[in-house]
Amino acid sequence: MTPRALAIAGSELRILRRNRWLFMATLIMVLFALALTFAGSAPTGSLGVDMLTVSVASMTTLSVYLAPLLALMMSFDAISGDRDRGSLSLLLSYPAGRGEILLGKFLSHLAALAFAMTVGFGTAGALAAWSGGAGADSLLALGRLIATSILLGAVFLALGYGVSSISSSSTAAAGLSAAIWLIFVVLYDLGLLGAVVMDEGGFFTQSIFPWLMVANPADAFRVWNIAASETVAVTSGMTGAASALPAWAAPLSLLLWPVIGFALARLAFGRVEP
Amino acid sequence: MDNSLIIKSVNKFRGKTQVLEDIDLSVAPGERLALLGHNGAGKSTLIKSILGLTPIHGGSISINGAAPGSAAARKDTAFLPEAVSFHPALTGREQLSLFANLSGASADVPALLERVGLADALDRRIGTYSKGMRQRLGLAQVLLGRPKVALLDEPTSGLDPISRQDLYAIIDELAEQGTAVLIASHALTEVEARTDRIAILRKGVKVADNTLAELSSEAALPTRLRITARAGEIEKLAQQVGGTRVNGASVELCCSADQKMAELRRIAALGDVVVDISMTPPRLEDLYRHFAKENRQ
Ligand SMILES: Nc1ncnc2c1ncn2[C@@H]1O[C@H](COP(=O)(O)OP(=O)(O)OP(=O)(O)O)[C@@H](O)[C@H]1O
Ligand SMILES: [Mg+2]
Repeated sequence: MTPRALAIAGSELRILRRNRWLFMATLIMVLFALALTFAGSAPTGSLGVDMLTVSVASMTTLSVYLAPLLALMMSFDAISGDRDRGSLSLLLSYPAGRGEILLGKFLSHLAALAFAMTVGFGTAGALAAWSGGAGADSLLALGRLIATSILLGAVFLALGYGVSSISSSSTAAAGLSAAIWLIFVVLYDLGLLGAVVMDEGGFFTQSIFPWLMVANPADAFRVWNIAASETVAVTSGMTGAASALPAWAAPLSLLLWPVIGFALARLAFGRVEP
Repeated sequence: MDNSLIIKSVNKFRGKTQVLEDIDLSVAPGERLALLGHNGAGKSTLIKSILGLTPIHGGSISINGAAPGSAAARKDTAFLPEAVSFHPALTGREQLSLFANLSGASADVPALLERVGLADALDRRIGTYSKGMRQRLGLAQVLLGRPKVALLDEPTSGLDPISRQDLYAIIDELAEQGTAVLIASHALTEVEARTDRIAILRKGVKVADNTLAELSSEAALPTRLRITARAGEIEKLAQQVGGTRVNGASVELCCSADQKMAELRRIAALGDVVVDISMTPPRLEDLYRHFAKENRQ
């Protein structure tokens, strides 16, 4: 963590604050988390779990979509925006290395994301606990949800920098980011589902499918949150695939992805000619 | 090895086309070099090569002994990109402070902004700056941390006449403190007066590199004489001196530098017929046209 990376992080954080991005992202998180928590609070009694557990289960589903989206929205023009403005060549003529520049942007974006996630899920979780009760297990699940959401965001921040580096303009980067989001969050699962249906419970479904699923960071996020908490698993009704995997598979995937993503982004950024 | 910037037979390709061809160029400490050339001649590409932002294919570049893009070279170089702009959400002070932090130089940011005439806009967002104000902000960051080499890509674009004067005063200051300054420009009249040496690129080839005086004698361009006749006597004058008639009252003729005095004496001897003579020695514009012309071998 070099002073130069910190200088860039400080400046980027200031930009996020000033153009209201931080405020809007936090607001979106709070509103969606609250809406899901209280709109989906019907089955509490029937499953015999406290309300925070139900809330965490719904928020997990929400976060799979929202964390990658918010992350990509922040990162897609991190490189291409500077290049479009002509300030990237200037930035690169300073003693800061490309790794430092990328790290600085990553730190600030991650901090903003962490803030929005913590405030959003924290608020909804606190209200759920207050109105419908909470236990040690459900509090742990909430903490896990926040931490894994930040990790999931980190993955897509890094992917966004990669996209931003290889795109010829910010507009192209925006399009490519939308494609990335669609592939990781929607199409990948649809493809797997299709394969499972065709396979009719054969070898693929038994042995390959769970690993393919957990290789996708969005699914790893889901599996980790669900498998780690029995009560959450019960409420979300998704136990089958997760139970076929060793417990370390999903955490490993979700912890490795930010590192892989950042390495890829650094590689792509290294090839950028401003 | 007393030059701050040494470029030796640099080649650079973009795809199959060669954008820099065997370029040799050096700038001494305190020297101001103007780099001229038509659009797409390769000026910006050469500057980016010096910064190590784009790879070169053959040849070598040394910035105070360091390789392009190395930590030492980046510390010693200042750069003003062409048509630069900054993040609109930051203020001038914040942007310049960031650059100061990145360069590791301790800088008096308000004083620097004052120096480029942005004292009033210090805490305004860059989004509210005019084009010239953004250009000045770019110039302010050039002054950070006493660079050994300054690379300015079209620094006067977007500046009003007074600001241009200020800009050249700042460039002179840089040169006085020993910075080697390279200025890529299209503003011929300005660089004619305010630089020490002139290099001209044509399609990636260096076609001229010398002081203005040396270039003039190298090119041996004629001096133009315009002789104005007394009312109604233009026919007579044209017969006597030759040359081409212009605007019904004058004739124009060209002569080489060494014939100039002989011509003047001959015309003066014509007496009352001549009411005025104006003499135009070759300007940088003519030299530029001469050197950048397509059909020179
Ligand atoms: N990123 C790029 N990709 C491909 N070709 C490029 C790129 N940048 C420049 N070129 C080409 O390299 C050549 C030199 O361009 P360069 O920008 O150096 O010209 P210049 O002398 O700075 O022109 P100008 O006066 O218009 O700024 C041109 O033929 C241009 O088309
Ligand atoms: Mg240019």
